[in-house]
Amino acid sequence: METLAALLHGFEVAISPINLLWALVGVTLGTAVGVLPGLGPALTIALLLPITYKVDAIGAFILFAGIYYGAMYGGSTTSILLNTPGESATIITAIEGNRMARNGRGGAALATAAIGSFVAGSIGIIGLTFLAPVIVEFALRFGPAEYFALMVLAFVAVSAVLGNSTVRGLTSLFFGIFLGLIGVDLQTGQPRFTFGLLELLDGINVIVVAVGLFAVGETLFLAARHRYGQDEIIPVRGSIWMTAEDWKRSWKAWLRGAAIGFPIGAMPAGGAEVPTFLSYFVEKKLSPKPEEFGHGAIEGVAGPEAANNASATGVLVPMLTLGLPTSATAAIMLSAFQSYGINPGPLLLQNQPALVWGLIASLYIGNVMLLVLNLPLIGLWVRILAIPKPLLYGGILVFATIGTYGISQSVIDLVLLYLIGGVGYLMRRYDFPTAPAIIGMILGPLAEQEFRRAMQVSQGDPTVFLTHPLSATLLAIAVLVVAAPQVYRFYRRNRPPRD
Amino acid sequence: MLLDRRLFLRSALLGSSSAVLLSRLSIPAFAQSLDSLKLFIPAAPGGGWDQTGRAMEYALKTANIVQNIQFEHVPGAGGAVGLPRFAGMRGQGNVLMVGGMVMVGALIANKAPVDLTQTTPIARLTGEFEVVVVPPQSSIKSMQELVAQFKQDPGKVSWAGGSAGGTDHILIGMIAQAVGVDPRKVNYVAYSGGGPAQAALLGGHVTAGVSGWGEFAEQIKAGKLRALAVSADKRIEGIDVPTLKEQGIDVELFNWRGVFAPPGIDDKQRQALLDLVDRMVKSDPWKQELQKRDWTSIYLSGEQFAQYIKSETDRITAILRNLGLAA
Repeated sequence: METLAALLHGFEVAISPINLLWALVGVTLGTAVGVLPGLGPALTIALLLPITYKVDAIGAFILFAGIYYGAMYGGSTTSILLNTPGESATIITAIEGNRMARNGRGGAALATAAIGSFVAGSIGIIGLTFLAPVIVEFALRFGPAEYFALMVLAFVAVSAVLGNSTVRGLTSLFFGIFLGLIGVDLQTGQPRFTFGLLELLDGINVIVVAVGLFAVGETLFLAARHRYGQDEIIPVRGSIWMTAEDWKRSWKAWLRGAAIGFPIGAMPAGGAEVPTFLSYFVEKKLSPKPEEFGHGAIEGVAGPEAANNASATGVLVPMLTLGLPTSATAAIMLSAFQSYGINPGPLLLQNQPALVWGLIASLYIGNVMLLVLNLPLIGLWVRILAIPKPLLYGGILVFATIGTYGISQSVIDLVLLYLIGGVGYLMRRYDFPTAPAIIGMILGPLAEQEFRRAMQVSQGDPTVFLTHPLSATLLAIAVLVVAAPQVYRFYRRNRPPRD
Repeated sequence: MLLDRRLFLRSALLGSSSAVLLSRLSIPAFAQSLDSLKLFIPAAPGGGWDQTGRAMEYALKTANIVQNIQFEHVPGAGGAVGLPRFAGMRGQGNVLMVGGMVMVGALIANKAPVDLTQTTPIARLTGEFEVVVVPPQSSIKSMQELVAQFKQDPGKVSWAGGSAGGTDHILIGMIAQAVGVDPRKVNYVAYSGGGPAQAALLGGHVTAGVSGWGEFAEQIKAGKLRALAVSADKRIEGIDVPTLKEQGIDVELFNWRGVFAPPGIDDKQRQALLDLVDRMVKSDPWKQELQKRDWTSIYLSGEQFAQYIKSETDRITAILRNLGLAA
């Protein structure tokens, strides 16, 4: 009851015309930066920090939260239409989403992404409102051993995107892990695989790799084939909206995605990508039509999109309850708190109730705004697909190049983009799947760091992974998920046929 | 988006040209003032150096010292990517780079081709001392108890902090040396920032933690972390935590931030920048910024600061070597 009263007060704050305007500006700007690969919410908010000298704290935070939230919506648009993920959390969306778009179902893919984001965002915000203290208590129980086990579990997602050949899939995975390991090692401060290049010390941005492998590689592949094939324009098939079957297949995926995304987002080292991998895997396993995966299965868009939006809300849980910034965007938002002389910490809610509840209320409002903003845009977006292929892919190349340059204005990044694009072309040409490389690049270094932290704390005793109950449980689930179907198949094959 | 950007650029240009006009009007009173100033930040927007730059921008503009201020960010490797570019701005008298102690360590650890002695040091501005904490449920109640456990079995005491070779790691190396433990035996668990490190502490996954005071202050005030010692030289007003020195550990460390001019500027240019920074430090808006952001002023300028950079580079090289991180 107390929470409801506080929330109501928050709505009073958020619903003032000026704050509504800030929310609208935020979600619109956020959608725009989400669409552009490279320019992410963290950088955008950082560039806008100077407004803290002019705007009051509540207005500024409503604006920042809108950008953060909007970017999650916008990131999926380019993933689906152009196979060019705008954010690392929407990389998985590109796998099924872009297939759907190429089958003429781009409208349905965008709609399930937008509505799924709305549903999962709403669930996340309700969770943030009522469950934050419980969730944070649970999340803090995750130490290095538990995180490592979670990463191992996330690795099973690779099996869902391996393609026809395990060897090729694993090659791609290890290529990704290699790319992820480039840069200064956090635990020892020593550079690895940097070849003496200072620009590589901070590692390679995962967006550069994703855009290189997906967009540039695909473009080069199409350009190489262009002369041989007939240029077919895929018209948007049937209605651009979701059919009854789409709804039926999407709604459970949304709910499951939210259930996976929110708690992992709330974990201090959970991140937004891990839940999208897990959600994709779960959807493929539970789908009545698993054979559609890889060819445009709507669950493969609905689940991960819901997961990334719920995890975005999850990140706000430790930030607002404990003052812990657990993502780049949250860290920038906290530094904005400081320029108001507000010190975010465990007492933030007590000291600044109007600010915190106003911010939470603005999330409810921003979420609705985003849905209203995005649904009508779908009709416009899908027209992009009517552009003749040479022009469309030429445009994608320009778009990818500008976006990559926008990340850090570094020429090295551009060189990398095209080098990796070349690799992507070869992978596509010789039928290596590209998705495992991205999963490897994101999960590899995370798993490695957590493994080494766990071993450091335990002084080299590997049993920590089994003596911690949470970690042991997660590892057991991972083994079960991978091994159970094989064992089952083996058992069935060797059972004498009943007559 | 592109259109937005162009519009944004145009309005920024318009804004700065009107700012130039304004500053022209106000300049005559101070003949040595600069028309414009570029702040070079060797890090991404939003970090500590960028925030220092933003606070300077605010103070310089509000106190009417310089009106036209631009930023250039060249992020990467703790400043090791930006510094060579900055060193290339030889002889330019209207550029200041914001940097700090983290950069000294990063340059050594990354074997960068240039170091800070190749710039023209202008002034040290602010500093933040470090704090040693344990989780609230820990049985360790004082620095003495922590040191006793540390001396008995260094491996058993796991320390959480920022990246290896950074300020937090350096402080632990200094503490180890001061109490007679081999710094190479320190069981250091590196996190990518204060947030994840705090989470590990709050969850009780490590024995102790080290970070800048600002990062842990709120958790300490709320009783979620127990502060054992701070690395300041003397008791800080309003902070009820003893210094390391008070507890018999002869260690003092400030994570300082300061400004540097490019190499090869002449004396007149150098003097103009020294004056500019001096006037800023003494201005009210700067003092307000310090107070608002909880930064301690440890102003030191000119030749003294240049000397400080030299001794700091030597000191940090020695510690990193003892930790096994530098050749």
